[in-house]
Amino acid sequence: MNDMSAETTVTADGRKIGGVVMEMKNITLRFGGVVAIKDISFDIREGEIRAIIGPNGAGKSSMLNVISGFYHPQEGEVWYKGQKRPPMKPYQVAQQGIARTFQNIALFEGMSVLDNVMTGRIRQMKTGLLAQALWKGRAEAEEVENRAAVEKIIDFLEIQHIRKTPVSRLPYGLKKRVELARALAAEPSILLLDEPMAGMNVEEKEDMSRFILDVNDEFGTTIALIEHDMGVVMDLSDRVVVMDYGKKIGDGTPDEVRSNQAVIDAYLGVAHD
Amino acid sequence: MFYREAGDFKTSYVDDNQTFPIKFDRYRYYVVLVAAFAVIPFLLNDYWVNAVFLPFLIYSIAAIGLNILVGYCGQVSLGTGGFMAVGAYACYKLMVAFPEISIFFHVIISGGITALVCVLFGLPSLRIKGFYLAVATLAAQFFLVWLFNRVGWFYNYSASGQINAPERTVFGIAVTGAQNPPWSAYLFCLVFTVACAIIARNLTRGMAGRKWMAIRDMDIAAEIIGVNPLKAKLTAFAVSGFFVGISGALFFSVYLGAVEVGEAFGINKSFLVLFMVIIGGLGSIFGSFAGAAFLVLLPVLLKNVLVGGLGWPTDLAAHLEFMIVGSLIIVFLIAEPHGLAQLWRVAKEKLRLWPFPH
Repeated sequence: MNDMSAETTVTADGRKIGGVVMEMKNITLRFGGVVAIKDISFDIREGEIRAIIGPNGAGKSSMLNVISGFYHPQEGEVWYKGQKRPPMKPYQVAQQGIARTFQNIALFEGMSVLDNVMTGRIRQMKTGLLAQALWKGRAEAEEVENRAAVEKIIDFLEIQHIRKTPVSRLPYGLKKRVELARALAAEPSILLLDEPMAGMNVEEKEDMSRFILDVNDEFGTTIALIEHDMGVVMDLSDRVVVMDYGKKIGDGTPDEVRSNQAVIDAYLGVAHD
Repeated sequence: MFYREAGDFKTSYVDDNQTFPIKFDRYRYYVVLVAAFAVIPFLLNDYWVNAVFLPFLIYSIAAIGLNILVGYCGQVSLGTGGFMAVGAYACYKLMVAFPEISIFFHVIISGGITALVCVLFGLPSLRIKGFYLAVATLAAQFFLVWLFNRVGWFYNYSASGQINAPERTVFGIAVTGAQNPPWSAYLFCLVFTVACAIIARNLTRGMAGRKWMAIRDMDIAAEIIGVNPLKAKLTAFAVSGFFVGISGALFFSVYLGAVEVGEAFGINKSFLVLFMVIIGGLGSIFGSFAGAAFLVLLPVLLKNVLVGGLGWPTDLAAHLEFMIVGSLIIVFLIAEPHGLAQLWRVAKEKLRLWPFPH
């Protein structure tokens, strides 16, 4: 199956959205007797910002973990770039070009900002151990080349002034930004963001929203994000999946989702009489 | 005053990546190298080489190796003594079997063999972590010592169970055996120490080092951004084993000359090297040197002061030495848990601004 040939649409603000790059088909994920995700299907199209929302415990993070290969669903298929993806280890998924950030920051605390972001370039840096031991020559050339690419991202996210600072010394908001930089450094074809704005104040949220939009605009990166702040989600995303108790209860543009009765019920509650 | 980075602008990433970005540091490093290669060999006598320089250089290599595993990759190992024994016995077998090949290559190949053995014992690290891994590496320690004790092939069925280093030369000058001049053994070890330090530095500042540190700091995150944990951990074991093997080979062939495995490479050795790494500073090449210097030089210094300076009886001095070294270790770890390397770093931060307060 290949929907890549499908229509390319242009959004109101002039961004191009291409064909389907990732499709989840009837995913069911169980932990023992608990069904975390139940028969969910949705797709992510190239160049779009796709949000996954839902109340606490709806299975959003589990869904992201399925995409990044951390959990393996009992049923269902993951299709990536027109091919069915066999069960993979997380690092193999990363090598395919899917990068992510975490709900609780998962930076390497003992390393500097620069080293953290450079680690994101794993996919691009291939010199062997022997060449690295000698350093002069291939390893150094590769290091410099990738450093230049990383510096662009550091510039883009406005973290130049802290590039040599150990990550453990940074405040929360900056750490989130460094984590985004690390994911971006991989030049991913899909970027997964797990609550990029959790625990931020309004200004930091505005900054982060701006960065997400800029990333999508500038690099054309496909973004799938989980977020609780409804205002942010509705403003940022092109399409939204709504989950509740592991089931999909809505899927569509922010406006469609907003007027969906099931979604309103899940968020506001319904009278049981 | 001279220790400044102001005005020393880096205009390329190559400059920015160098090991000693500050000019003063760089020159100090060159001065130390020149002194070590061109000055010290002329001033040496037997006592200085055997009591101070050889153990310092050889333990530095072992500490660098263990630091890569424990400090950079976060995999605790208590098998260092056993792995040094592998290097020593590999070197012995090679020296005896291929006397026409230079001992230089024997030492390197011994490192390679130890790397393989180390990888083998590193395999459990994929499933177990922390203290449990440390206990698993203890198995390596005891098994390897037992192996070299019991299997006659390793010590060529000698009656004493010892291995003895035959005399071998480099460029016609003996570096092992009883007749070698002190400076030749010193220079031979120095070459290995400098080369190992440079290689370790290159590996740790590049992608290999970042992968190791990523695994150390947060293995799950490392895997999700694309680090293959199996490969990263096993390369750390291999590189660490290579260095530890070289140090074991030198320890046997150049330093001791004759070795009985349980005595020279017992569990004490594992702890000694681990202490060097912890006191020196985890995750620092300089720290490996500092730790080795601390634990090798301090006892020698104390002995000289107590016996030579104050004229106390030798046995009393020996006991006092244990107590003083032990309590100093505790004091150091309380004052600076990140080791001598951290003290050094803090001192450098201060020096950058000196004599101004801000």
